[in-house]
Amino acid sequence: MTVGLNHYLVVSALLFSLGLFGVLARRNLLVIYMSLELMLNAANLALVAFSRYNANLKGQVMVFFIITVAAAEVAVGLALIVALYRKRGTAHVEDLNSLRL
Amino acid sequence: MPALTDLLFYAFAGFALLCGFLCVANPLSRSPVTSAMFLVLTIVSLAGLFILLHAFFLGAIQILVYAGAVMVLFLFVIMLLDLKEEERRKIRGITIGLGALSVAVIAGILIRAVAAAEPSAGGRPLVEGGTRELGHALFTLYLLPFEVMSLLLLVGMVGVILLSKKELK
Repeated sequence: MTVGLNHYLVVSALLFSLGLFGVLARRNLLVIYMSLELMLNAANLALVAFSRYNANLKGQVMVFFIITVAAAEVAVGLALIVALYRKRGTAHVEDLNSLRL
Repeated sequence: MPALTDLLFYAFAGFALLCGFLCVANPLSRSPVTSAMFLVLTIVSLAGLFILLHAFFLGAIQILVYAGAVMVLFLFVIMLLDLKEEERRKIRGITIGLGALSVAVIAGILIRAVAAAEPSAGGRPLVEGGTRELGHALFTLYLLPFEVMSLLLLVGMVGVILLSKKELK
């Protein structure tokens, strides 16, 4: 069976689900953050595949911007995690419960 | 006999999914460093998929920006934080069970949607994503977003410097 758009979309959906599972199940802030990156990459794969099979470069330009924003987001997010670790001494989501009633 | 590109697609896609699984739910190791290494492998195989989709420029910056810069940043922060204690924590079974259930439902919905839409029926692959085509689009039609993006990077840089100062007021 020759590979088409839906093959890429299924791979993208599975990768997105893996990332979502990581966000839900893992308890370490850094690993949760890596799972978020996995979800972003899955969306990128879907956009590039749509771009290729619709003969339209807009999807790839979008992915270019997403990669740029993701790089800035990772820098800011990791700085936040480091600041949090300095203040609270933990990078574990179950210890961050000061908003709990 | 399937074509070589199809075989490469299955190889890259299988490798990406395997390494993605080992990144989020490695049964042998809970260390963030292991997760980061498997995330690098996932990103590299995704770059392979981009190249199979003729998005050559994006494949290159996927490796340069993600597997290079972003993952080095991750490893640097892991080194800075010394997370030895975190590995010994237990993950409760109900978390894994409920997480897997909800994720399986969402994956099922997504794949059913893809199957129902039959997106590739009649679609013929056409677009080439070389550096020339993408650069032309970027500097003509998308010049304003491009400049806004540089401003965003500047804001991000200032924010990171402010956040990582010793005294956070």
